[in-house]
Amino acid sequence: MMKHKYNPALFWFAVLNVIATFLLIGLGGLVTSHEAGMSVPDWPNSYGYNMFLFPIKDWVGGIFYEHTHRLLATVVGLLTTILALWLWFKDARPWLHWLGIAAFLLVIVQGVIGGLRVRLNMDYLGIPHGIIAQTFLVLTAAIALFTSRWWQKTETEKPKAVPRGLRRHVLYVAILIFLQLIIGATMRHQHAGLSIWDFPLAHGQLWPSTTPAAIADYNAHRPPGTVGHPVTAFEVNLQMVHRLVALLIFLSVAAAAFLARKKLGGADGLTKFAWFWFGLLALQIVLGAATVLSNKAADVTTLHVMVGASALLAGALWWLMAARRMRQAEKLK
Amino acid sequence: MKKSLVLLSLGLLAVAQITNAADVTGTISLKGAAPAEIDIGPTMTESSPDCAALYAGRKLPTTHFYVVGKAGELADVVVSLKDAAGNAITGKSTGSSAPAVELDQKGCVYTPEILAVQTGQKIIVKNSDPCVHNVHTSPVDNPESNQVQMPGGADLTFTFAKPEPFLKFKCDVHPWMFAWVSVFDSPYFAVSGKDGKFTIKNVPPGEYTLVAAHRKLGTQTAKIEVKAGGAVQNFTFDVK
Repeated sequence: MMKHKYNPALFWFAVLNVIATFLLIGLGGLVTSHEAGMSVPDWPNSYGYNMFLFPIKDWVGGIFYEHTHRLLATVVGLLTTILALWLWFKDARPWLHWLGIAAFLLVIVQGVIGGLRVRLNMDYLGIPHGIIAQTFLVLTAAIALFTSRWWQKTETEKPKAVPRGLRRHVLYVAILIFLQLIIGATMRHQHAGLSIWDFPLAHGQLWPSTTPAAIADYNAHRPPGTVGHPVTAFEVNLQMVHRLVALLIFLSVAAAAFLARKKLGGADGLTKFAWFWFGLLALQIVLGAATVLSNKAADVTTLHVMVGASALLAGALWWLMAARRMRQAEKLK
Repeated sequence: MKKSLVLLSLGLLAVAQITNAADVTGTISLKGAAPAEIDIGPTMTESSPDCAALYAGRKLPTTHFYVVGKAGELADVVVSLKDAAGNAITGKSTGSSAPAVELDQKGCVYTPEILAVQTGQKIIVKNSDPCVHNVHTSPVDNPESNQVQMPGGADLTFTFAKPEPFLKFKCDVHPWMFAWVSVFDSPYFAVSGKDGKFTIKNVPPGEYTLVAAHRKLGTQTAKIEVKAGGAVQNFTFDVK
């Protein structure tokens, strides 16, 4: 059996895959923000061309976002395939072999869902497409973490224990962020424009009425430039749930940071990481408000998607790093 | 012999019906100043310079939500007949034999932006632009479709089997491009012109509900009786 040791080339290649995936999520966000998902009606070809030969002069309007998204997706697909093979043949850890295979399969599924969304004119497939993208980002980042020098080094001193309660708290918050991203993906793929266009109040109320008369009134007073079909009660309630969950996540991440400082000390790496996570959440709340107040400006909305992905990633990595530290601590008992 | 007589009588009855048929006419007006249109120019210049270049020396386009004449004549109002009880007239479509309607993409906008057809009637979509478009229909009751149309490419043909008001045609490449097609299961409809006038031709005598629908200003109805000399009904929309 091969003894696994740090392979810097493999690690940096895995990091490259994470960066490419993160940018791909951003580009995918721009596709949805610009309502450009159907601007290239064929797949895997682009306007009848092999997608790699599609003339650059035709990369205009919505095509630019959709076509570059597809090109970057093939890059991520290629990187993931190489990574899976690299792990399979060069890493000694069988579980990591299978994680590489899982990433490979997930990127294939993701590509096929993206293609079916176009070929079958199924807007709602954008929801699983967005959710799988977030899952894939966490998976590729976890692989990068597992191939890092930090993960593979052997501790000589017993590391400071991370209380189980704190680890569970972070895990639950990360799961909550994932659920929040599902809600966000559902809101975005309604293609309905904003269902509530004021903040912090909602249609001038703490919790807006969703009676048929109230919904008719909201639709009659939609701000100029609003696109999409008429607002529904479901969409209003969905945005309110999104706002409430956002508040809950913000408070929970703040609690995680304070708990980490209390239990691990302010100088501990995990405490600093928790404060960084809190900073991401604060930024995310600001971007959420800006998304509403800017009437879903494409760049602001896409940043909101990317920071949301970063928040999920931070929570997941924090939990994995804490789990790894506990394992090291157990070994040195 | 008996059979021939029956057929002859039915034929004469049909001819008589057509002969008695008359036109429903009217004028649509807008009361008050129309809201300002949205300037498409900045978006077009930023995202599709090839489209903006088509307007060299000319003003870049705006939306055409309210096409209003100097005296308030309102164009692009879809006027149609329902029965006296206000139910849609169905099963009367002659769309399969009606002449095709043309929808062009020129200057990266749809022309016309508001049109109406019968179920089964062909809509021929042209691309007169030197750039690519995708023609993406977003119906509620009919199947969705999304097709490529290259510059100089073959015309695309669309038909819709089910009636549907303001069925959306859009181009996702150029997100300001929309056309709205109202589909009826009868030939009894018209779209008001720039002079605000409309004519629904060859309407059999009887009582009807006349419906005038504007995509932004809403819908108005009026009870009318079509006699041998036809019927006249005007509508006035208020700016909300």
